[in-house]
Amino acid sequence: MPRISFTANLQRHVSSPPREVQAGTVREALETVFAENPRLRSYLLDEHGRLRRHVSIYVNDRMIADRGGLADALAGEDEIFVFQALSGGW
Amino acid sequence: MSDRLLVASRKGLFRFRFSGGEWRAGAPAFPGEPVSALLADPRDGRLYAALRLGHFGVKLHRSEDGGETWTELQAPTLPAGAGGAADLPGVDMIWTLVPGGADRRGVLWCGTLPGALFQSSDGGETWSLVESLWNMPERANWSGGGYDHPGIHTILVDPRDAARLTIAVSTGGIWISTDAGANWRLAGRGLRAEYVPPALANDPASQDVHRLASCRAAPDIVWCQHHNGIFLSTDGAETFTEIAPVAPSAFGFAVAAHPADPETAWFVPAVKDECRIPVDGRLVVNRTRDGGRSFQALSTGLPGGASYDLIYRHALDVDGTGARLAMGSTTGNLWVGRDGGERWTLVSAHLPPIAQVAFG
Repeated sequence: MPRISFTANLQRHVSSPPREVQAGTVREALETVFAENPRLRSYLLDEHGRLRRHVSIYVNDRMIADRGGLADALAGEDEIFVFQALSGGW
Repeated sequence: MSDRLLVASRKGLFRFRFSGGEWRAGAPAFPGEPVSALLADPRDGRLYAALRLGHFGVKLHRSEDGGETWTELQAPTLPAGAGGAADLPGVDMIWTLVPGGADRRGVLWCGTLPGALFQSSDGGETWSLVESLWNMPERANWSGGGYDHPGIHTILVDPRDAARLTIAVSTGGIWISTDAGANWRLAGRGLRAEYVPPALANDPASQDVHRLASCRAAPDIVWCQHHNGIFLSTDGAETFTEIAPVAPSAFGFAVAAHPADPETAWFVPAVKDECRIPVDGRLVVNRTRDGGRSFQALSTGLPGGASYDLIYRHALDVDGTGARLAMGSTTGNLWVGRDGGERWTLVSAHLPPIAQVAFG
């Protein structure tokens, strides 16, 4: 089952421990987490459902291609990493 | 006089208290986080802090205990399709939060970048977009003034009638509603813009109003710090008269109006307009006490040279007596002024860049 983990810098705003998710896409993985942790949504996605500009998501060692739709496919033991991009801080 | 001062900065919210003859700060709230706006609601003592997290977006928090503990609320958001464009930005920054009138407890107004107005009826728990303003065709002519998008930075609620709202847009002029936001009309005749073609110079919708401040005891007196100078309205922002000349400069961002004396207001001049530092490096506060006929450049206690302090539009405040002022700069300096700004004391020279100061 895919596993998702979140940048440590998110933890001071909203707790989001790593977990396994039953999901076929990145979108499904995030929605699974949001269902249990609704406050997390606005930290990662804007109000139109797009990945925030300064958040990046990797599946294994590959940055996702679909930042708007989050349709990147997941398989087996994929690792999903949610990071803050090296931009957007001040 | 107010003995509590709140400071919203690039890296946290600081609470100062005046005690034993000194202003002292406790530990900051939201350390390291950009605080773009704050509100100390005089109706119930609640505090509100708007964050603009660089990675994680706009957040809103409320404190019921004077800032000791905070609870996150749902921040205002733009509904899907509200702009009709696929590339519609979300709310990028909360620029101002104001209480909705003494007799409308729980009502709050919020102005954002991009230029949207939101209303809450429940102390910030939920927000609704003021669609009457958002859907106005004229809004397409608003443009960014310093930011990529236009923004609403000033919301005046008439203390005589909380349904009368005056908002200012940078850049998009002044808009008035007399029915609590149901309908809007353009105001601000008499303002003058030098940064548009001559035929548009007096177009009210083209005006880059930096900040409005009204006299609480005489709300029809509205002072305007505009990109092109200082203007005064005596009819509730319907029409303005330019005040000129003003030394050392009529350019600036902040303005504070005396709560009781309609003839008195304070401004902080800077070099116009790309430079945006104090004229000759001397930081002064310009005060008029005669309705703009004359100004005194108050400088006692302020840097007499080599100052690069710019005072943002929400970073000058006057307390309820009109005697005590506070001012914070982009350089992270914080001053408190006594005797109506006659004498200033440096409270801290080591704060992050300051977005807003507020007594309360």
